[in-house]
Amino acid sequence: MKLDDFLQGKSEWLKGEGPKSSIVMSTRVRVARNLNGRLFFNWADDKQREGTLEAMLSALKKSELLKGALCIRMEDTNMLDREFLVERHLMSKEHTLDVKYKGLVIGDKEIVSIILNEEDHMRLQVLQSGFNIMEAWRIVDDIDMELGRYLTFAYSSKFGYLTACPTNTGTGLRASVMLHLPALQITEQMENVYEAISKLGLTIRGFYGEGTEAFGNFFQISNQVALGHSEMDILDNLERVINKIIIREEDTRTYLAKHKKQEITDNIFRSYGTLKSARIITSRETIKLLSSVRLGVDMGLIKDLDTGTLNELLLLMQAAHLQKTSNMKLNAQERDIKRANLVREKLTGG
Amino acid sequence: MKCDVCHIREATVHLTEVINDKVTKLHLCAQCAKAKGDEMQSHFGLTDLIASLMDFEPAAVGREELKDKCFKCPVCGMTYNDFQKTGKLGCGECYDAFKKDLSVLLRKIHGSDRHIGKMPFRGEKAVKDQETLSRLKAELDRLVQTEAFEKAAVMRDRIKEIENKITGE
Repeated sequence: MKLDDFLQGKSEWLKGEGPKSSIVMSTRVRVARNLNGRLFFNWADDKQREGTLEAMLSALKKSELLKGALCIRMEDTNMLDREFLVERHLMSKEHTLDVKYKGLVIGDKEIVSIILNEEDHMRLQVLQSGFNIMEAWRIVDDIDMELGRYLTFAYSSKFGYLTACPTNTGTGLRASVMLHLPALQITEQMENVYEAISKLGLTIRGFYGEGTEAFGNFFQISNQVALGHSEMDILDNLERVINKIIIREEDTRTYLAKHKKQEITDNIFRSYGTLKSARIITSRETIKLLSSVRLGVDMGLIKDLDTGTLNELLLLMQAAHLQKTSNMKLNAQERDIKRANLVREKLTGG
Repeated sequence: MKCDVCHIREATVHLTEVINDKVTKLHLCAQCAKAKGDEMQSHFGLTDLIASLMDFEPAAVGREELKDKCFKCPVCGMTYNDFQKTGKLGCGECYDAFKKDLSVLLRKIHGSDRHIGKMPFRGEKAVKDQETLSRLKAELDRLVQTEAFEKAAVMRDRIKEIENKITGE
């Protein structure tokens, strides 16, 4: 398997299927692990970094569960490749810089990815379509248990798994769920959600955009506390809170359909019209309009589109993907033109 | 009420931090609050957050404490001061070397300094399997008690899987 092959196949998490997929785009569960007796990446010298990478790669090769996975040394990739991998949610932005001694392992259908020598020696993550916390955890747990046969992880009976940053100590677990909450945003209820979330050991951030600004109404909610609770408790807490937010969003959508139908329908079809006609479009505007169209599909107002296509567009319209698919470097304006072409093609078939 | 930092002036700024329903309150006078002003912004970065949590440690002034902060981890050579600057530890042994300070910090971040989650699987030792099994079984009991039956079913399957593996081996 090569990196460019990813352009052909669809990522599992983009399918637009799975529980509650009209509101939950994807679920990600990851654990942070370090090797016992080896310095953490940021504090290690080059020789130790290389040794750690080698030790992990040779253990990963023995894994039955990761058979056929693609192993990448980051220094063998160029910047565009790395941005492409970030856009596909397979690794962090941090992993695109100072790439020496860093690695990435990608499993079948891009469900599993393992980031090697980032802040921690190993970050094992599973991405699933829809609201799938327990299934994602089951896969993470299985691989973690298997790798534990070949690698001795840094662990103490008091503090649990030892990580470079104390925010991850204990379970090393971070579960995040990406939600599309246009109705709560339109009706200005997000402030309440922010407030409630912060009191429950969870965090929320806008998925697109910096700081408090969230365009496109996509939000990521994740656990903040990793120590003092079992993995099941942490995941269960997150699941319960998100279930409540989903119900709130569903109720608000029903309210909008009943009381604000004209305005909502007008907005949705204007967005759809713009996407189908634009010749130049920025990523920011695309995300905003795709969010509106997505609401239209979920509310049954737009019938000739499916969520999977919209998810795919959200991925393909990003800068590195546009350049990868056109096989050339593009400046911002060229990208805006390519993006408009891509969106029109996907939505109108020409 | 006196300020928690200077213990002289009257506290006029009251901060409440809630982690896992555990409430920590901080009362500051206007001057001390201003000095901490930047850290009080609700959208600071993680390193800043950790640094600010560490700054609030009232114990960090005594001579003994200062000596502690210069104490090096015997394995990687990192000092607690180094850690305060970067927010990242040097190696697993740092947790032992800075146990006291880290316990305080971990309690502030997570509301606890004691791990009760899973343990690593250490290969051939069947005893580890047994430990995992009893942990999962205890978890299953808890799930049944709280009537989380769907999760209990997932847990039951996990237990079965491990039991099969043990007998299979």
